Amino acid sequence: MTAPSSVPAEVEVETPRDERLDSRDLPWIVIVWNDPINLMSYVTLVFRKLFGYSEAEATRLMLQVHEEGKAVVSRGTREKAELDVSRLHAHGLWATLRRE
Amino acid sequence: MACGPRCGESEAVSGRLPIERTAEGDVRVWLSGGERALIREAFAHLHERLQGDLDDPALERLFPLAYENAPEDEAEYRRLTHHELLASRMEALRMVEKTLDEATIDQAQAGVWLGAMNDLRLVLGTELDVTEDALGLPLDRADPKARELALYTYLSWLQELLVEAVSP
Repeated sequence: MTAPSSVPAEVEVETPRDERLDSRDLPWIVIVWNDPINLMSYVTLVFRKLFGYSEAEATRLMLQVHEEGKAVVSRGTREKAELDVSRLHAHGLWATLRRE
Repeated sequence: MACGPRCGESEAVSGRLPIERTAEGDVRVWLSGGERALIREAFAHLHERLQGDLDDPALERLFPLAYENAPEDEAEYRRLTHHELLASRMEALRMVEKTLDEATIDQAQAGVWLGAMNDLRLVLGTELDVTEDALGLPLDRADPKARELALYTYLSWLQELLVEAVSP
């Protein structure tokens, strides 16, 4: 496992997920939950940095977390989902994984 | 999530802000000695706590559950990640303590400041049991937690500026 980074300035761009894969191939989802402390701007930046989302997509997900209480920010194998959760935890976000 | 002190402001604020990106892409830090001492003290306090009892409820926010209802999976996740999560936080704090008096820091250093500042706010905010709108509320001087709330608001403002300074 890659060591969780605490350096938000590094932009790690991940390969966008393959839309052809269905939930049987990508059974694990990563959920980010709303919390009262993390700044909206910071959460948007973390989504851009960790998942390579555009500013618009990262903002949409951040607002979904803010307004609906949670949002699915990535999906994939269990290993990938766990890694994504640990990277979100390293950045102070409240994230969990579960089988869809 | 909290809307920071400058959240929603789109036009440039005139005058010098304490943290600004330079034309070269570095980050200029215009903090007074008093401000730096205050911030150093807050970081040192967090550093000390991370070296102590990690069962401290305010620190739990730095190490959230990965699995909602699967204690065995959670235990395995902790076994694999906890050490790294703690070590990277301590390393970030050491780096911030080392660079806190600098007038200019680079983007990577500003990124480390940002992460450490977030950790500090998470612990402080958890202890203060803040709500999402805490940053918009006027400070009540009679509140026994007024000093900590003011510090929390101040650090939130600095963090907002750091986000701006490192955003692509």
